[in-house]
Amino acid sequence: MSDEMKIGAYICNGCGLGERLDSGQLETTATRDGKAQVCQQHDFLCSEAGVKMIQDDIDNEGVNRVVIAACSRRAKTDAFNFENVSIHRANLREGVIWVRPDTDEMTETTQEMADDYIRMACAEAKFSKIPEKSGEQGINKNILIVGGGVAGMNAALEASKAGYPCTIVEKSAALGGATAQLYKKIPTKAPYADPEDTGVDEMIAAVEADSNITVHLNSTTTNISGAPGRFAADISAESGSTETRDFGAIVQASGFTPYDANQLPEFAYGKNKDVVTQMELEALAKEANGGAIKRPSDGKEVSSVLFIQCAGQRSKKEGHLEHCSGYCCSASIKQAMYFKDQNPAIDTTVLYTDLRTPGAGGENFYRSGQQKGVIFTKGIASEVVDGANPTVKFKDLILDEDNDLEVDMVVLATGMVPNSGQPTRAELTDMDSEDAEAEKAGEEVEIRVDVESILNLDYRQGKDVPHMANGFADSHFICFPYETQRTGIYTAGPTRRPMDSYQAREDAVGAAMRAISEAENAGLGRAAHPRVGDLSFPTFRKEGCTQCKRCTVECPFGAINEDEEGYPIYNESRCRRCGTCMGACPVRVISFENYSVDTVGQQLKNVDIPDEFDEKPRILVLACENDAYPALDMAAQNRLEYSAFARIIPVRCLGSTSLSWITDSLNSGFDGIVLMGCPSGDNYQCHFVKGSLMAQERMSKVGDTLETLNLEKERVQTFEISITDIHRVPQIINEMAETIEQIGMSPFKF
Amino acid sequence: MSDTNTSMVEKYRNNFLKEVEANVEEGEWVKMCMQCGVCSGSCPLGPHWDHPPQELFMMIRAGKRDEVLESTSMWMCTSCYNCIVRCPRELPITHIMHGLAHYATRLGIEPKNQPTRKFAQLFWDNLARNGRVNELKLGISLYFMNGIVEGIKTALGMAGIGMGMVKTKRMNPMEILGGHTVKDKKGFQAMIKKAQELEAARVDN
Repeated sequence: MSDEMKIGAYICNGCGLGERLDSGQLETTATRDGKAQVCQQHDFLCSEAGVKMIQDDIDNEGVNRVVIAACSRRAKTDAFNFENVSIHRANLREGVIWVRPDTDEMTETTQEMADDYIRMACAEAKFSKIPEKSGEQGINKNILIVGGGVAGMNAALEASKAGYPCTIVEKSAALGGATAQLYKKIPTKAPYADPEDTGVDEMIAAVEADSNITVHLNSTTTNISGAPGRFAADISAESGSTETRDFGAIVQASGFTPYDANQLPEFAYGKNKDVVTQMELEALAKEANGGAIKRPSDGKEVSSVLFIQCAGQRSKKEGHLEHCSGYCCSASIKQAMYFKDQNPAIDTTVLYTDLRTPGAGGENFYRSGQQKGVIFTKGIASEVVDGANPTVKFKDLILDEDNDLEVDMVVLATGMVPNSGQPTRAELTDMDSEDAEAEKAGEEVEIRVDVESILNLDYRQGKDVPHMANGFADSHFICFPYETQRTGIYTAGPTRRPMDSYQAREDAVGAAMRAISEAENAGLGRAAHPRVGDLSFPTFRKEGCTQCKRCTVECPFGAINEDEEGYPIYNESRCRRCGTCMGACPVRVISFENYSVDTVGQQLKNVDIPDEFDEKPRILVLACENDAYPALDMAAQNRLEYSAFARIIPVRCLGSTSLSWITDSLNSGFDGIVLMGCPSGDNYQCHFVKGSLMAQERMSKVGDTLETLNLEKERVQTFEISITDIHRVPQIINEMAETIEQIGMSPFKF
Repeated sequence: MSDTNTSMVEKYRNNFLKEVEANVEEGEWVKMCMQCGVCSGSCPLGPHWDHPPQELFMMIRAGKRDEVLESTSMWMCTSCYNCIVRCPRELPITHIMHGLAHYATRLGIEPKNQPTRKFAQLFWDNLARNGRVNELKLGISLYFMNGIVEGIKTALGMAGIGMGMVKTKRMNPMEILGGHTVKDKKGFQAMIKKAQELEAARVDN
């Protein structure tokens, strides 16, 4: 924005702020230290009158940087929502008066806290710009859906209903996916007692009848480039023809492949024809179509059948799946009913270790199975002995004894292997392989994996969305299930976690809605989850860039490409605005308009550092705005006290923390630094997936910096904070205060 | 082995679960057990059972007929109803325990020396005679349950308490000569006889 910067500071006296703090003093601080050209007080700033007062100044006085000295930036966001200005909050309520005792001897330090927060907010205001659109945006309402199973079809149907044209790309010759191969499905309606029709035919008919949905059978996506709002996908048919089309967002519903039971020779699979998998039994049941099911070897009507649960699953053995596929217990109950419903005299035994029937009706369905006379035996099968009739050897876990049972047929409940495509380059380099070694040595390695890519993304970071444990597409299981590490690409169904067809259908609705909202967001140049609506985007100063590629490598979302010279190319709509690139950049050339090395760096430089002999240390707390900062706010709401020497600055992600902030604050006399990020690792809670991990790694090297400054290592500490750590956060700050008391004040005070 | 037992074995061949469902009181519930073990964990006498209820149910499903029916386990049940209250599947476990014990008795394969079984029999015999429990006779027969010598020892040991009860009119020594009865003793006995006939007819079908 070309206009002149004008800071307006507004001090609230409500919520007890007026009684606890000297507002005249605050006003002086704002105008003298903060250089606010306009400064006003109000007894109830978030009221209509208070908000109007600010709006009037914006309209008439030309205020374009609004500093609100009142409550936390997370409170009253509806009231303090002004357009075309930048808003900065000095957190005097949750950050000061609620965490400090109301006693006479504490008044001084409490006031100092409040003064500092005003200085910090004004400093941030001074170094912030108002985000403008990049001009890169374009709306494209078309949604690409990869996979034509129930998840893909339902995503298409739902998105189409919402008015978004969809294109389904299905690899096989027909829609319906795995569900189309079932005889019946696990019940989805009360009383959850009997298997239900799959309903796939109706769905296919609905998709075919919908003029908003285009279906490409026998086709795959051979190349996808671009970013949300402007994806370009090559859709190649088996016949060889390729057409390129543009899409706003993508849903990946590529489903699963049944686990290869040939890896289970102990169960005589492949040797004895009467040992079949669940999917194979579905085919037999389809063939029987309500009549007696005949076994494959000699066509004899089956009179006894045993289901082995967790066959090749939930096991750490080589070649087995470590995860629980979640649907197979209910599926075995359903299949046992195929037999029992046809002839109750057929003996059906389900051999399980933990019977898991997820979903609303799961328990009822289990009960229904028991009522129909299916025998459930808790035990582990060790072997199936081949013979005219297979004999299952198992250990009964309740009776604690070895047992065996001869039956006409054995069904193996094998699990799901997700169709999630190739591992990414980063995942490969994590693995112990020759490629990884070469990659580390700096060689350019062609990724050689025996898995075919599904999306064929033209991204520097790999052809498919990144995976997590057990090969499923990475997504946060609870907080943001459809989000992948590639913005604008959403996964649904068993490609992201094991589930049955009903869950996959439900899942598809969520993914479709996310795809729609991202297509819209991309059109407006706004960020997707979790900084929804953020208009700022990262830019870099080319003159300073050393082409080190750290930003491209560390970006958790593959948002940054490189040009031929090795300079980063930002794909704005792929970016989630976490700032991990900013924290990664060793030469500090990356910044956002309203979040940069300076907006934070100047805040900490504007904290008033008292003389060494004042016995008033200063502790800098850099807290992740997603979890740690809310936890601090909640601690304040609970009136949990913490040291008056702490100065808290929220950061977008701990991954955006620049090492210069650490050195600068130590140099300017801070006595301790506390970094609060989200838990990392397999059960990560980082809203930007890898940000907190990156921060941990960078901070592990901070010890050297401290050594060169001749400072104690204890002065900088990193913590993993969950949003529920309400009682822990004040404790951490207080412990740092105690540590400083023990090791003494920093010698770098001037 | 009694005739009934042999015929039952024959009738249900290898399907003990079906036999239980058809013949044991509340036996049709056995298949509904989901092996959570709450009953076994809730039983105040649990540690003293050879096979807690959950295990008995599993044994029934596994066709372990003799082990179940000859077991002393279900005789350990004191009818506190903790298991019934806590069972998430709402199985009437206490009733099934008594049902199993009763069925074993009917087949004549119950554990003969199990003290609870002995007491239950003494109690029933005592009650079925007059329609009223004769506490003096029940007590004495209980003392002599395990033979004369032990009986005399126990009786002497309890003499003081007995005298005290007589003094405070808590026990009437005259009860030893017949004792009190229900108003219509004949009617009562006819009723019991009819019930036994009905039960026998049900079992035979």
